[in-house]
Amino acid sequence: MVDYLWIVIALPLGAALFNHFLGRRVGEPRAAVPAILSVAGAFVYAALAARDFFVSERASEEAVTVVRLFDWIPGLGATAELLWDPMAAVMTLVVTGVGALIHIYAVGYMHGDPRFGRFFTYLNLFIASMLILVLANNFALLFVGWELVGLCSYLLISFWYTRPSAAAAGKKAFVVNRIGDFGFMVALMVIFAAFGTLSYTEVLHEPGEVIGAGAATAVCLLLLVGAAGKSAQLPLYVWLPDAMEGPTPVSALIHAATMVTAGVYMVARTGALFGLSDVAGGAAATVGALTALLAATIAVAQRDIKRVLAYSTISQLGYMFMAVGVAGYTAGLFHLVTHAVFKALLFLGAGSVIHAMAGEQNMDRMGGLRRKMPITHLTMLVATLSIAGIPPLAGFWSKDEILAVLFAKGGYYTVLWGAGLLTALLTAFYMARQYFLVFGGEARWGEGAEPHESPRIMTVPLLVLGVLTVLIGFVNTPFRLSFEHFLAPAFEGVGLLHAPEDGFLLTALALVSTAAGVVGIAIAYLVYHHASEDTRERLLGRVRRPLMTWEHGYWVDEVYGRLIVKPGLALANWSAGFVDQRVIDGLVNGIGGAVRRAGGRLRPLQSGFVRSYGALLALGAVALVAWIAARGL
Amino acid sequence: MIAAAIVTADWYMTLAAVLFLIGMAGLLLRNNALVMFMSVELMLNAVNLTFVAAARAHGDIGGQMAVLFVLVVAAAEVAVGLAIIVSIFRIRRTASVDDLSELSG
Repeated sequence: MVDYLWIVIALPLGAALFNHFLGRRVGEPRAAVPAILSVAGAFVYAALAARDFFVSERASEEAVTVVRLFDWIPGLGATAELLWDPMAAVMTLVVTGVGALIHIYAVGYMHGDPRFGRFFTYLNLFIASMLILVLANNFALLFVGWELVGLCSYLLISFWYTRPSAAAAGKKAFVVNRIGDFGFMVALMVIFAAFGTLSYTEVLHEPGEVIGAGAATAVCLLLLVGAAGKSAQLPLYVWLPDAMEGPTPVSALIHAATMVTAGVYMVARTGALFGLSDVAGGAAATVGALTALLAATIAVAQRDIKRVLAYSTISQLGYMFMAVGVAGYTAGLFHLVTHAVFKALLFLGAGSVIHAMAGEQNMDRMGGLRRKMPITHLTMLVATLSIAGIPPLAGFWSKDEILAVLFAKGGYYTVLWGAGLLTALLTAFYMARQYFLVFGGEARWGEGAEPHESPRIMTVPLLVLGVLTVLIGFVNTPFRLSFEHFLAPAFEGVGLLHAPEDGFLLTALALVSTAAGVVGIAIAYLVYHHASEDTRERLLGRVRRPLMTWEHGYWVDEVYGRLIVKPGLALANWSAGFVDQRVIDGLVNGIGGAVRRAGGRLRPLQSGFVRSYGALLALGAVALVAWIAARGL
Repeated sequence: MIAAAIVTADWYMTLAAVLFLIGMAGLLLRNNALVMFMSVELMLNAVNLTFVAAARAHGDIGGQMAVLFVLVVAAAEVAVGLAIIVSIFRIRRTASVDDLSELSG
């Protein structure tokens, strides 16, 4: 089973090729059939291959399998090898499982799009790339997957490329990711210089014997730059809100559930390196905490239903970075899994709403949708409560574990715990605000809008994800740490930080964070549901200034534009206008002109009279002979 | 009685030089392509003569070998060259090279 693991990648890749060549011919909805089946098939195959991890009382070395495919770049230690361990299995199952549901949903969402088949080509290519990323057994292959998912992200953000904003958003995502990738590439070079190989097996096996703390810090900080780019952390998060220009299934799959978690996965995967450097871990946790808090405040004031979720995703990714920063890898990955489920659900629900409102995304023009869209309403409610951290839903368990791990670390990290708690309150507030604006109150939609429940092909994935949101948190409760035990073999030899086991402390922490969630929801209820229109206006008027700042995202885009984009453009224009056109072209044209002028001078020599050529030849021969004679042989 | 003179390689060399100069003069002074062509042949054969004379004097067969090559190349050159001259003559009704200066710079 495990020996043929490449099938998991080959299936979606094959479906992508099929739709690339035949997608237009087979047309809608048949193009979706191979797309869905391949991803579902990959899920089933991965689940079967992961079976051993569930039943095993086996030794942990046996649980980690390396599948060798072929030699690729032997000099770099980069064999095409797949690593199959519990962590890879979790990632694969999330990617293919959530991916399959989103593929099904997309059949309804993309209905009537002229490039229906092409959409599924990209979507399947993304799944295959993401699987390469999570299954790689060396940094080079990881990097291949890393870049491929970036490409798919670009293609799908600007899928509706005739809209200038979509084209610009795709470009922005690509360029910002390049900055992160630069750090990542340098990290790979440093790793290769230090270890002489890029293979996980060698690099991550007791790296402390090869490199010192200083080098480890450098490597980890560089890796963190790459992770921050892909996972939309400070200061590189600016591309993710704009990425909402893509179709909603894309936002759900790539920009919430899977691709953006690649950075978290990478940090968890290189836990052995991060274990050598407290500085890098602290940096990761700090970046995560700042991002979580910052994005949560921005989300509070957004009007676009998808932008709220985008900032929410950035904020939740911040949580994951906090967790992996303090070596709470199981906590981080647990939140990754639950977040993948409930955030995908939130996005798909938002997509369902947008679908019903005929493309309207402004929450100010929604309201009262709970009766019109019962299924969407119910599932969105579950997901909202989950992300707000209300027990016993998935988000409660995972968020709580992260906060508990941070608290357990103590010292400086208690401050981050406080930030996490505040973020939890804000999260509950903005999600409840979104819920009340969209589903609660009276209808505010304009004339002619006729909201309706989405077709079954869209609501069924919502329901499945809704059920999962309720259930999946139970895989890792303090009463039964199944997920942690499951992952343990992947973190053999890595200093893993566990949540405290003190029952009283855990309960107290859980109560505090639940209280934060409840308070957030209560405030949102009072402001956006209970209060009359006038009172709300008055209340919001008092905090107009911070709200303005948050609505514009602290004007970060404008600041970046002024500080980085503008000088960058000026530099590019200068090198295109002056360096390229004047200096380089001048040089080339100058050489050409000089040759041309020299030719013009010499042309008269070519008289066309054969006999003068002959005479010159004879003279030349005589001169040659004379010279040889003068030299004296 | 005529004193019996021994014909040495110098004689042949002198003869070859004379023939070569005659050929060269013909090449430079005449403007009929056919005559120029014959002059070239004369020069070639002058060179051939030096080769065989030197080969004989040094007892080295290499010179004769070179002559054979020259003969072959000259034959090929004649075949091509004459064909060109004939076709030029057909078009222009003249074989004067001074009229053929289309490719001047």
